[in-house]
Amino acid sequence: MDLMQILELIIPAAIFSAAPLIFTALGGVFSERSGVVNIGLEGLMLMGAFTGAVFTVFGEQWGFGAASPWFSFIVAIIVGALFSLLHAVASISFRADQVVSGVALNFLAAGLAVFLVKKIFDAGQTPIIAERIDKSNVPFLSDIPIIGPLFFSHAYYTSYIAIALAFVVWYVIYKTPFGLRLRSVGEHPMAADTMGINVIKMRYIAVMLSGAFAGLGGAVYATSISGSFSHSTITGQGFMALAAMIFGKWHPLGALGAALFFGLAQSLSITGQQIPLLKDIPEVYLLIAPYVLTILALAGLVGRADAPKAIGQPYEKGKGR
Amino acid sequence: MKKKYGFLMSAVLAAGTLLSGCGSADNNEGTQNEGGGEGNKNDFKVAMVTDVGGVDDKSFNQSAWEGLQKFGKDNNLEEGKDYKYVQSTAASDYQPNLSGLIRDGYDLVYGIGFLMQQDIQTVAQQKKDAQLALVDSVAVNENGEPLENVASITFKEHQGSFLVGLIAGMQTKSNKVGFVGGVTSELIKKFENGFKAGVKTVNPDAEIYVQYAEDFASSEKGQAIANTMYGKGADVIYHAAGATGNGVFTEAKNRAKNGEEVWVIGVDRDQHEEGMPENVTLTSMVKRVDTAVYEVSKQTMEGNFPGGKVTEFGLEEDGVGIAETKDNVSEDALKKVDEYKEKIKNGEVEVPKTDEEYETYVSSL
Repeated sequence: MDLMQILELIIPAAIFSAAPLIFTALGGVFSERSGVVNIGLEGLMLMGAFTGAVFTVFGEQWGFGAASPWFSFIVAIIVGALFSLLHAVASISFRADQVVSGVALNFLAAGLAVFLVKKIFDAGQTPIIAERIDKSNVPFLSDIPIIGPLFFSHAYYTSYIAIALAFVVWYVIYKTPFGLRLRSVGEHPMAADTMGINVIKMRYIAVMLSGAFAGLGGAVYATSISGSFSHSTITGQGFMALAAMIFGKWHPLGALGAALFFGLAQSLSITGQQIPLLKDIPEVYLLIAPYVLTILALAGLVGRADAPKAIGQPYEKGKGR
Repeated sequence: MKKKYGFLMSAVLAAGTLLSGCGSADNNEGTQNEGGGEGNKNDFKVAMVTDVGGVDDKSFNQSAWEGLQKFGKDNNLEEGKDYKYVQSTAASDYQPNLSGLIRDGYDLVYGIGFLMQQDIQTVAQQKKDAQLALVDSVAVNENGEPLENVASITFKEHQGSFLVGLIAGMQTKSNKVGFVGGVTSELIKKFENGFKAGVKTVNPDAEIYVQYAEDFASSEKGQAIANTMYGKGADVIYHAAGATGNGVFTEAKNRAKNGEEVWVIGVDRDQHEEGMPENVTLTSMVKRVDTAVYEVSKQTMEGNFPGGKVTEFGLEEDGVGIAETKDNVSEDALKKVDEYKEKIKNGEVEVPKTDEEYETYVSSL
């Protein structure tokens, strides 16, 4: 096996496993940039995966054919946004502890999704979906030598959407008035309020956006990787996304890089065991590699992580801070 | 002295979990036990506790429940009263669920899955007169001796895996096959070595890739491993990896859609449905948990509770085998399967379970 073949195995695998994390991490960026901690990403992702699987199945029944997963994405975005309202109401309007409210969201999602699956399908998991998001070669681009096979073959379209979306989010947060307001609300809500920005409204929008993105991330996971939804579909991916966001210093492109890095480390650790050169390394080292690499990168390369200043603090009008 | 102290402590802890169990079992069951006692021919009561997979996990919890349902129907028992299941949503539910059922007067209580081993052992030692059964593992006390009031049910997975190995060896075109394991353990090794032996028996030149995901619930790892194996030219992958195996199916279906001819061999039950609509399931290695549950329940009802013993279900007892759906298996391969079934049953072929046995087996070919 030559190097090219090895890379052809590792890189596409890294990109596909990163996609759900990218979506969810971008959602986290919105919420936390506005000053609301969102531990609930896991739960939101879980609801997204649930909705993704369920509505793909329904879509198939309703005759949407190959469009079923895309239809389910739209529903998952809506469900994610609505579900995140619980977090928004508790932590913004009622000024509850944001971490506690996020954790509550995770518990609620886990119970609710499994309960609903049981009610709808009378089974512990959804049926296997027939219309998945499939791997395919991007026309034209996959014919480019070297780059084509590495980046544009055997890939999910959703991965490219995720990457493109990271740039869109970056543009929105750093280059538009909306983004400036969002950031100001997270850095110094008092000052923002004085300038006539509706802090509460901004935060609501941000949390709902994070729900929408995480819902999409979950739906992408269900329709492209697991192919069904059960209690073991989302186990920690939301927290990985949270880590990617912090690793990426609350920056959309940083989060994108971190998610891709996680994907690469994971794919290296799995594929490595089948590659001639790395095969001789004891398995356990390859298995722990993603975590060791992450710690090394966090400690050595990334430097100080600057969280938004007002993160975790509920805003109360007229109470200066 | 120190040991005594430890025992005391574990007793206190166990009492704690037991007490907490009182509440939860009641919640689960509500009124079901109150109306009892109206004229069954026999008042045998049997129940099972699922592991976290749930009763419709499309795997052995479901299969066990099917066996129990059949047993119940055949003996005119009433569902929900004389036979029933209790689901566990977390590992911490196992003990309360088990003791709850014992307290409710069930004559035989099953713990499904080796995940429940510890809890069965604890409960069995607290409730000496209860009759318990453990599927997929062997219950022992702290000295490693079998517990008298637990019937341990295990399967000869290596035999079933050997059969699907034969099929894989016959039907691979690239002469490369793969095995994806869940977590490295004695149990999963049985699958691996049986499978490898089967492949080598009919196809000595075949190359076999083996990899463990070290996780039973990670579809993306399963998919990445399958991606690598198929990428290296394997065309049949046998998975013994629970939900991680879903990823193997996803990858195979993706490749099948793009025109590649790749196959997956399912595990525990007929996984034909998982391979649809692209139809990538070659066959499945089936563990007849239903047969085992049915048999042990029957024995117990007749007063022959196999407590303290390990009841092993192999080919002979119809406890393992290949799946009902045989559409994708060639005639020749089926013939080979039948041929070796006989050979295994009459002892002509001894299927290896461990790595050492496998080495000996292969060198004897």
